[in-house]
Amino acid sequence: MSHSRRKFKISFVKQIIACILSLMVILPFVMVFLNSFKSESEAAFMNLSLPKSFKWENYLIAIERGKLITSFFNSMIYSIAATFISTIVNSMAAFVLSREKSKLNHFLYFFIVLGLVLPTNYIALIKVMQALHLLNTRLGVILFYAAMHVPFGTFILYGFVGTIPRELDEAALIDGANAWNLFFKIVFPLLRPAVVTVALLTFLGVWNDFMTPLYLLNRASQWPMTLAVYNFFGQYQAEWNLIFADVVLTCLPVFIVYLFGQKHVVSGMTTGAIKG
Amino acid sequence: MKKTKIYSKYFVLPGLVLYIVFFVVPSFIGIYFSFTDWNRYSSEVKFVGLENYRAIFASGSNYLSYVRNTLNFTIISNIVKIIPALFLALLLSSNIRGQNVHRAILFFPALLPYLVIGLIFRSMLHPQTGFVNNMLRTLGLDFMAKRWLIDPKWVWPSIYAVDAWRGIGYVMTIFIAGLSSIPRHYYEVADIDGANFFQKLIHITLPMLKPAITINLIFGITYGLKVFDIIFVLTNGGPGRMTEVINTAIFKEFALGTYGMGTALSTLLFVFMVVVSVLLLKIMSKRELEL
Repeated sequence: MSHSRRKFKISFVKQIIACILSLMVILPFVMVFLNSFKSESEAAFMNLSLPKSFKWENYLIAIERGKLITSFFNSMIYSIAATFISTIVNSMAAFVLSREKSKLNHFLYFFIVLGLVLPTNYIALIKVMQALHLLNTRLGVILFYAAMHVPFGTFILYGFVGTIPRELDEAALIDGANAWNLFFKIVFPLLRPAVVTVALLTFLGVWNDFMTPLYLLNRASQWPMTLAVYNFFGQYQAEWNLIFADVVLTCLPVFIVYLFGQKHVVSGMTTGAIKG
Repeated sequence: MKKTKIYSKYFVLPGLVLYIVFFVVPSFIGIYFSFTDWNRYSSEVKFVGLENYRAIFASGSNYLSYVRNTLNFTIISNIVKIIPALFLALLLSSNIRGQNVHRAILFFPALLPYLVIGLIFRSMLHPQTGFVNNMLRTLGLDFMAKRWLIDPKWVWPSIYAVDAWRGIGYVMTIFIAGLSSIPRHYYEVADIDGANFFQKLIHITLPMLKPAITINLIFGITYGLKVFDIIFVLTNGGPGRMTEVINTAIFKEFALGTYGMGTALSTLLFVFMVVVSVLLLKIMSKRELEL
C-alpha cells in the first residue's frame, strides 16, 4: 500500500517538474504575443498583463515599415524553390548511390555526407558567385541553399532507399521501364515519407537562415524575413510592440509547419539516434 | 549486368555538381586566398605566404582569444545541454500524464530561427526594461537583477542560458528516440535483481544510449564550432570583443573588407571541422558495415 502511494508521489513530483519546464518555454512566447498588441509605452514595461486595448494596427505598421510583404515572399520563394530542387536531386542521387554500391559511389556518398559538418567559406563563395554572375541575385541564393541541403537530404534519403525492396526495380525492368520511369513512377512515390521529412526540414532550414543573405544579398528588396526583421530591430530598438509583432509573423510559418508535420520533423531530426 | 542499365550514373550528377560548385569549391579557393592579402581597397591580390596565419597565432593576438572563445563555447554549451537533456528525456519517457504535450513544447524552440530567439532574449534581458529584471524586481529580488548581456561577469552565462533554452529540447528528443529503442525487459530483469535508479542508469541506459550520445556530440560540436547567429544577435561579440567567436570575427573581417584574413579564419575553422568529420566518417563506415 505505502509502496504505491510513494509511486504516486513520485509521479506527482515528476508532473510538477515537467509543467514548470514547459512553462519556462512557453512564457517568453506569451510575453512576446501579449506585448505585440500593446501600445509603445505599455510594451516598454514588458510584463504579462493583458493589453489595455488590442492594437491590431501594430501588425500593419510592422508589415508596412519593415517591408515585410516583400520579405515574406522572398523567404517563401527561397524556401520553396530550394526545397523543390534539393529534394529532387537528393532523392535521385540517394537512390543510385544506395542501389549501386560501387567503390566510386561509396566514395561519393561519404564525400557528400562530409558536408554535414564542414563549414561554408562565405567570403570565397562570393568569388564563386561573382564568376557565375549570381552575386546579389535570387537565383544564386536559391542554388546555394539547394546545395547547402544536399548532404543532409542525401544522407536521410540514402538510409530510406535501403528499405525499399530491390525486387521492385527488377520487376519494373522486366516490364520495360527505363531508369527515368523506374525512378519517378515507382521509387519516388515509395520514398514519400522520407521525402516529406527532408522537404519540411529543408524548408525550415532555409526559412531560418540568416547568415547567407547577410553575405550574399545587399539589396533590401531581396532580403528574406530574418534579415528584414533584424534590420527592423536596428531601426526601432525601443518600439518593442512593433518588434514583437514582427517576431510573431516570422515564427508563424514555422509554427504551422510544426503543427501539421510534427511527426516528420521529429523523425528527420532524430535519424541516427537509434542504430549504430 | 542488367543492373547498370537501371541505375543511371547521371542521377547523381545534379546534386553532386551543386554540392561541388557552391560548397567544395569555395572551401578550396578559400584556402588559396588565405595566403593572400585580398582586400577591398586594392584591385591587386598579392601572395603573402603565411602572414595571415602568423597574425592569428602571434602571442597575445585578439584572434587567438576568438579561437579560445569558440572552443570554450563548444565545450560548455554542450555540457549544459546534454546532461540536463538526458534527465529530461528520462523524465518524459516515464509515462507521466501529458508527456507527449511536454515533449512537443520543449522541442519547439529548436525549430525557430536563432535570430528570433536572439531578439526575444535581447528584449527579455534588457537591464532596465527587460522582462527578466522586471520579474525579479516584482518579486523583491532586486539584487539578482543584472546587466545580463553587458556585464562581463554575466554575458557568457546569459548566452549559455539562451542557447540551452533553444537547444535542450532537441538534444532531449534525440535521447528519447534512443531510449525508446531499449528493450523493456532489461529493466524488468534489473528490477527483479533489486537495482536502483542509478545502477540501471549506468549499467543499462547509458551503454544502450551510445548511438544517441554520439549523434548529440557530433551535432553539438559542429554547432558549437560554427556558432554565429545567436552571438551575433545577442552581443555581436561584445562587450568589447569579449564574446567574439570565429564566425562573428570572419563577418567583421568581411565588413572591413580584409577578405584575405577572413578566408584565413574560415580555413582555420575548416581544419577544426575536418577533425570532426574524421570522427563522423568512422562512425558512418561502422554503421555501413552493420547494414
